[in-house]
Amino acid sequence: MATNEVVKLEDVWVHYDGVPALEGINLAINQEDFLGVIGPNGGGKTTLLKVILGLIRPGQGKVTVLGGNPERGRRFVGYVPQYSLFDRDFPVSVWDVVLMGRLGQAGLFRRYSEEDKKTARHALETVELLDFKDRQIGELSGGEQQRVFIARALVAEPKLLLLDEPTASVDAPMQTGFYELLQRLKQRMAIVLVTHDISAVSIYVDEIACLNRRLFYHHSKEISVEELEATYQCPIELIAHGVPHRILREHD
Amino acid sequence: MRHALLAGLLAAVACGIIGVYVVVNRMVFISGGVSHCSFGGIGLGYYLGINPVLGALFFTVASALGMGVVTRRTKLPEDTAIGVLWVMGMALGIILVGLTPGYPPDLFSYLFGNILLVPTFDLFVMLILDIVIISVVFLLYKEFLALSFDEEFGTVAGIPTERLYLILLCLIALTVVVLIKVVGIILIMALLTIPAAMARQFTHSLKRMMLLSVLFGAVFAVGGLWLSYALDWASGATIVLVSVALFIASLGFSRLRSRRQLKVSPLTQRQLSDE
Repeated sequence: MATNEVVKLEDVWVHYDGVPALEGINLAINQEDFLGVIGPNGGGKTTLLKVILGLIRPGQGKVTVLGGNPERGRRFVGYVPQYSLFDRDFPVSVWDVVLMGRLGQAGLFRRYSEEDKKTARHALETVELLDFKDRQIGELSGGEQQRVFIARALVAEPKLLLLDEPTASVDAPMQTGFYELLQRLKQRMAIVLVTHDISAVSIYVDEIACLNRRLFYHHSKEISVEELEATYQCPIELIAHGVPHRILREHD
Repeated sequence: MRHALLAGLLAAVACGIIGVYVVVNRMVFISGGVSHCSFGGIGLGYYLGINPVLGALFFTVASALGMGVVTRRTKLPEDTAIGVLWVMGMALGIILVGLTPGYPPDLFSYLFGNILLVPTFDLFVMLILDIVIISVVFLLYKEFLALSFDEEFGTVAGIPTERLYLILLCLIALTVVVLIKVVGIILIMALLTIPAAMARQFTHSLKRMMLLSVLFGAVFAVGGLWLSYALDWASGATIVLVSVALFIASLGFSRLRSRRQLKVSPLTQRQLSDE
């Protein structure tokens, strides 16, 4: 295994009650990658992230995270789950949520250390939300909450950052700020971003993979129209926002 | 009377702290299931000739753990498991009481509470359980917070979420045992829900919610006790009615408060100040 390889999936298959969710996935992610995974809903994008995190065990195939199994690799992985999955009224502050990312470092039965708090402060500064640290989580907007969850993933000082549909509830102007943040973060860690927002993704990420139970990936932004159509199972018209140059290069 | 006040205060500590987890985790139905199931332990205690409270202690903890393990390891939906647990314990208790020779002393007290006649031994048990509950919550505070807020992230962050969940179920079982003599099995659910739910309206901090919840629990217990003495009403039920009445009043009060202060989100605040 190459020394800058962060994740390796070899012939991974996952079934839910006999129905295949991932078929024969072969994927290698390197330290310097900023990978966008696109594909339709139900195509297995969240499953892929959960396999990398060890939350789901594949029926077949091998998953290696930073040289070991996914459960051990978790301490180096930052996870930003889909935004919608928490109780907005929960009595917890932004500060408390971000500190949760340090649970692996802090150890059972102990209070959070000064080091933990310093890292949390730094993470909140990175996402520009330090001023809101005492607000109840539900008082923030969708985009702000998403940044809190990114901060929570960053405090573990991960080597790999996984984001699941991070802009699903964020409107266009906020999205630019969000992607610019990711571009700054990619200097220090590998990033895998799962989304069905093709246009924004294609501008900012360095590599694109298509996933619909099967994976199409060329370690680049090259995806053919055939591969896109096979992924989305329908004819695709590519609409690109922003500068009118070809975003997705043609593949022969 | 002094015993009754002590029992009320000890109960308030337990239900104040654990009630917060019950309410924020939406485990109210679980608390109902565990509390009614404990009657099986009461029956077991009678049948074996030991103190029914001790019988309840072991039986309830075992049942809660069993339910937790079954829900986690099988596809059985949680509310089904709770429903089964609820009736199984009650039915078992009824049969065991029936099989015990002679007249079961204090049966009414276990079902409906009898805070005025709490024996010293029971107070001692309540104190020990309170100490256990406070210690565990203190040691595992940040883990329980993560478990309650976002369990999946907790697993990813590296905490043993399944074991923590089972520990939480045990703490609920212990709290149920503490509350049995105060309001009776049938009404325990009230004290595990109402003080915490009322506290939630006054704070966004889980720690403060616990403190307020203990305070409200104490007010309900003492107030209900005094009222039941004055009116000669059943003590446990009066405590519950006092808590319901104050809770409804607090709902009206907090609605008035939120209408007067329009809550503005930080984003809107910044937009308004930029203009």
